[in-house]
Amino acid sequence: MGFLNVPHIYLNIAYLIAAIFFILGLKRLSSPATARSGNQVAAVGMAIAVVATLFDQNVLNPWYIVVGIIIGGGIGFVLARGVQMTAMPQMVALFNGMGGGAAALTSTSEFLKLVNAGEAISYDVAITTILGVVIGSISLSGSVIALGKLQGFISASPVTYKGQQVVNGIIFAVIVLLGLYVIVIDHNQFALFAMIVLALALGVAMVMPIGGADMPVVISLLNSFTGLAAAFTGFVLRSNVLIISGALVGASGTLLTQLMSKAMNRSLTNVLFGAFGTGGGEVAGSSASAEGRPIREVTADDAATMLAYANQVIIVPGYGMAVARAQNAVQELANLLEQKGVEVKYAIHPVAGRMPGHMNVLLAEADVPYTQLYEMDDINPEFTHTDVALIIGANDVVNPAARNDTKSPIYGMPILDVDKASNVIVMKRSMRSGFAGIENELFYEPQTSMLFGDAKETAESLASAVKQL
Amino acid sequence: MGNLLMSLQSVTQQATDQPSNDQGIVLLGSLTIFVLAVFLGFEIISKVPTTLHTPLMSGTNAIHGIVLVGAMVVAGAFDTTLATILGFVAVIFAAGNVVGGFVVTDRMLQMFRKRPQPGGKK
Repeated sequence: MGFLNVPHIYLNIAYLIAAIFFILGLKRLSSPATARSGNQVAAVGMAIAVVATLFDQNVLNPWYIVVGIIIGGGIGFVLARGVQMTAMPQMVALFNGMGGGAAALTSTSEFLKLVNAGEAISYDVAITTILGVVIGSISLSGSVIALGKLQGFISASPVTYKGQQVVNGIIFAVIVLLGLYVIVIDHNQFALFAMIVLALALGVAMVMPIGGADMPVVISLLNSFTGLAAAFTGFVLRSNVLIISGALVGASGTLLTQLMSKAMNRSLTNVLFGAFGTGGGEVAGSSASAEGRPIREVTADDAATMLAYANQVIIVPGYGMAVARAQNAVQELANLLEQKGVEVKYAIHPVAGRMPGHMNVLLAEADVPYTQLYEMDDINPEFTHTDVALIIGANDVVNPAARNDTKSPIYGMPILDVDKASNVIVMKRSMRSGFAGIENELFYEPQTSMLFGDAKETAESLASAVKQL
Repeated sequence: MGNLLMSLQSVTQQATDQPSNDQGIVLLGSLTIFVLAVFLGFEIISKVPTTLHTPLMSGTNAIHGIVLVGAMVVAGAFDTTLATILGFVAVIFAAGNVVGGFVVTDRMLQMFRKRPQPGGKK
């Protein structure tokens, strides 16, 4: 029996306090200045809830639970300490999958207990069990596939075949039928196991056809799924703290999913079923083929001169910068320019990076103060009176085709208006296309100069050239 | 008068005897909490600036690890072997989710600064 067999009323008070801490913690996330303490407040709330549960009279052997927490917590701690900031989306996907799996397993376990006890299972318990199990399982396997696509051990390209959506639809229909069977006719545990297998398969089948460029949306969506799964588990266990927390996370994930879809000018349906993007490399269907058109190449010295004698420079960082680990070199360059009296700002596109807000974290890691980072809508009017827009490893988010070319797959996506700056310097490894696999007209504009090379090395040589001026 | 009391008694008796009715009230209570929390969630989250969206996601990620509490109860109930094993695995998963989520969020948030540190980092 739990450590002290505390009556349930006290446990519920502890859970209420935990829920309040979660809400207060999330509220503090509204400003970078208070955000860290907000996360800590939420963590304290979690600790209160977990410790209280050890005293639950239904927990027959708390020590065995403590062992499980130490194992899982240890794994989580080591992973969280070791992960690179560029790999943050993978980390979030992994923890998300673990949460989804935990919700599915918990609901399953409770269902088996009820079946074993021979108790009548009411409709609401049966329905929420099944929802928790199915959504949690989809979230688990979907997150693993998203992780694979981001990490690169699964091809980032959309994997499609003829009749794919029909097959997925059939899997979904079978899950629904099995669910109805379990709810209405027979609380059969094997039917529940079959549903778990099918839901896992559906998670895989749903994420495989989605291109790597759309992973920010997928991760947000799966985050909301896991929240919902946790809430449904709360319905099964009659636990309000689970319902509240799950609902908060579900709302957060849904909101971020909407924001991301909007930033790409795509509907969620289009993201999920559109099989968009090739994952970079080949150039896909643009109206004007750009073969053999002239581009203007500059040396680092020339570029450094342009930058150093500018009044205002806007740096547009993309994921390419993070991959090359060029953040620190870029920030050093920005500092040198500021010493020369140049005003330097960073323009952050909402989908820069591999998840919402990813670029901000990467720049924060390089010690760029967040007051220098500007959102798209705030910075776009400034490009017209900007001398140099310096684009580092970004591509699709500065592609004017999104504005001009109605045939472009990214037409309508809001972009950073870098082509309105007097000069544009594009730092790139080669002429390869971006994550979405689309040709970029910007590179052939008269005011554009191309500066080829590894982003880190180029930024370093730019910095040393600026120093010598 | 006595008749009325008796019939009242029988009505309340009936109400408490019917588990389905009771469950309906419990379910409705849970649903109410769920719906209100969803609205609250939208309200709070919409105030989070885009700069903090990655920490927001990993932070909320940690919060849905609250399912750990449920996992602990089902694992600790020592029902059937299968239910216990499933619960134990759920505890490990959820604990990883919770600890990893909070730790990684803290790592990210400590990097957000208004001004560069004098002398730089590292």
